[in-house]
Amino acid sequence: MFRAPFSGIGLLLIASLATSPSHSDELKDLYFGEALYYAHQGYYFEALERLDAEVDQHAGLDEPELDTLFYHIDDAEFSLGDFELRYRMHHRAGRAIRAVLEGAVDEVVRNDAAYRLARIHFQKGQMDAALRALDRIDGKIPEGIRDDIEFLRANVYLAQEKPAESFEVLKRLQGSDSYGGFAAYNLGIAYLQDGQRQAAIEQLDRAGQIENNDPAELAIRDKANLVLGTILLEDGEYERAMPYLNRVRLDGPFSNQALLSAGWASLSVENYERAVVPWSILAEREVTDGATQEAMLALPYAYGKLDIHGRAAIFYGRALDAFGAEVDKLNESIETIREGKFLDALVREEIRKDKDWVIRLRSLPETPETYYLMELLATHDFQTGLQNYLDLADLRKKLVSWQSSFDSFDDMVTIRHDHYEPLLPDVDTTFRELDSRLRLRREQHKMLVRRRDDLLTTPRPEFLATREEQAVLARIELIEEKLKDASTPFEGALVQRMRRLKGLLTWTLETEYHDRLTQFDQNLRTLDEAMVVAQTQYDEFVRSRQAATHSFEGYETPISRLRGRVSEAIQKVDLLMKRQGRQLEIVAIDELMARRGRLESYRDKARFALADSYDRATQAQARSEVQ
Amino acid sequence: MSRLIRTLMLLLLAGGPFATSVAQDISGDDMRSLDGQVQEIKSDVLSIASELNNLEERLLYPSNTQVALFVAIEDDEDFRLDAVKIEIDGELATHHIYSYKELEALQKGGVQRIYTGNVPTGDHQLSVTMIGMLKNGTEFNKTDQFSFAKGVEPKALGITLAGPGLGKSGIQVGDW
Repeated sequence: MFRAPFSGIGLLLIASLATSPSHSDELKDLYFGEALYYAHQGYYFEALERLDAEVDQHAGLDEPELDTLFYHIDDAEFSLGDFELRYRMHHRAGRAIRAVLEGAVDEVVRNDAAYRLARIHFQKGQMDAALRALDRIDGKIPEGIRDDIEFLRANVYLAQEKPAESFEVLKRLQGSDSYGGFAAYNLGIAYLQDGQRQAAIEQLDRAGQIENNDPAELAIRDKANLVLGTILLEDGEYERAMPYLNRVRLDGPFSNQALLSAGWASLSVENYERAVVPWSILAEREVTDGATQEAMLALPYAYGKLDIHGRAAIFYGRALDAFGAEVDKLNESIETIREGKFLDALVREEIRKDKDWVIRLRSLPETPETYYLMELLATHDFQTGLQNYLDLADLRKKLVSWQSSFDSFDDMVTIRHDHYEPLLPDVDTTFRELDSRLRLRREQHKMLVRRRDDLLTTPRPEFLATREEQAVLARIELIEEKLKDASTPFEGALVQRMRRLKGLLTWTLETEYHDRLTQFDQNLRTLDEAMVVAQTQYDEFVRSRQAATHSFEGYETPISRLRGRVSEAIQKVDLLMKRQGRQLEIVAIDELMARRGRLESYRDKARFALADSYDRATQAQARSEVQ
Repeated sequence: MSRLIRTLMLLLLAGGPFATSVAQDISGDDMRSLDGQVQEIKSDVLSIASELNNLEERLLYPSNTQVALFVAIEDDEDFRLDAVKIEIDGELATHHIYSYKELEALQKGGVQRIYTGNVPTGDHQLSVTMIGMLKNGTEFNKTDQFSFAKGVEPKALGITLAGPGLGKSGIQVGDW
């Protein structure tokens, strides 16, 4: 592609890149801007496709400083790594970011790159490498990622089971706007990991009381309280656990688990009436939730303990029905997954456009009960597999559409060939004639230019004689020649007349020489312009002639090669989709089977407990009748 | 405490009974290897896309006739761009209505390639119409005419759009 140097308007790069810092305010490279346009919409494949080509082309230039990307090359190379990272191409992203780190780049860019590299290593579970990358950060750090770096460092220490190393970092981060709650919670976990149980309890207590309106911070506050309550339950400190479990919001993501634990805490101290309260709330919630299912069994147990066997029997009966229905649902779900309908549903575009698409899956006919898969769907491994599967499905769509375009390309080339091929021989014949005429004119023009130049140094008036004057001169010369050999009585008078005539002509030529030379020069300059026009038309003709040939020649090999590559890629994608899909199906089925196993066990327990409750209720009724 | 309670308590204290369950026949290595292969095919497809783009450009938009138009917008909170219409030599070249995502991408500094086509060498007329909405709810509509010369090399024109509040011409066109 031809690259015109920047010569026009500049466009403001309004916000610093969401993904990387910008070091020049004005966007000077349209193609880099185009890549950003796609990246800002989350279309990283398209962004990479454009930026890759642009950076490659820039690298191949003899004078890169004349290219518009020169002004953004650091940002562009950094963005490449960033887009690759976002497109889950960690291998390439790592290489690109390392290249930025090793290049002569600005300190801010280098530190940002080091952070991103550390994050890649962290995601891949390479903690030592992550720490080495973090240690490369030195000097000026971009404001926006200062806390991110520290939080990542603390998480690396925790993953390395070096909790003590993370204490200082996490303590500092507790004041951070974006990580305050997370740091407070993680510090509690770090103490716990370090065996400092009391310090952990105190820290989680603090983390569980942080005032904030941010939904994520509220969720982490709930989690801190739930974990603290669970620790105390483990220690057998049931009464002490209660306030922490009660702190968990009733509408938060951890409320079900907290209600369940609160019930167990009360039951453990034989306060059955108090246990009934949270379990009654929980038993009415979404039946697919594990905590709800457990509460459906625990609630009648508590009623039994309160000697309210009739009510216990009713709740055991409800649980039995619910568990039976859920087992059936799970059986159907497992079957739909085996039939491949889960994967079909995953790639449906109208579902993926919705941010709650996973939940919406369940509204589609013949899809599995996704509520049972929510926790699984949230795990990193499943998410990676799922995203890979979706990316593969997108790639497949692109490849298939490209495949169909090759036939159109072939048609286009054939039509052009059929159109131009019969015309070209005549065109070439005309061209050859024109070419030889133009060559002749060029030679004539050159000759005239040479003559003008000669005249400027050596005046030759006879060269500027008009056609008539040249004829007269020639005639005079002829008469002079004849008179030489003639012997007539009028010879002397004739010679005299001839000299007069010649003198008259010479006088005119000599006196008008400068005017004539000026006129000749002016005429020649006009001819120069005409020659330029003729040459331009000639060049355009040559280009059009070449374009006509280029429009249908030389495409066979690249089209055929690309066709082969696309077809091969489709086969690979199909194979990988099959393997990735199978993996997702196995994991999903495994999860559903585990849930079904647990439900079946609950159902058995409910069945026995129901019978037992009926017996006890009947006995109690008999006893009351006897009394 | 009954056996039932002990079982249930054990499940609870284990940190959530359904936290993670991975099928026994899928190892982490398998998953990583598959992930690596997915990354490789992405790389392959990107390279195919690049080659295909070159081919398409040669075949569909040869240098001597290629013209590409790009759109960027100035930062202006008082103006929301809804659509752009572009005519070349009186013929409709393109008409684009912006989605929220596209507009946001432009506002963040992205540049949209709105049109790629073919025109013969020589002088041409470009008409750009932008349609949008001002902060006060008034519709805003502006059309400007420009001329450009197409040479034998590909022509890239950058169109910068701005609302009326920025005190300069709303539509600017420049060579790139």
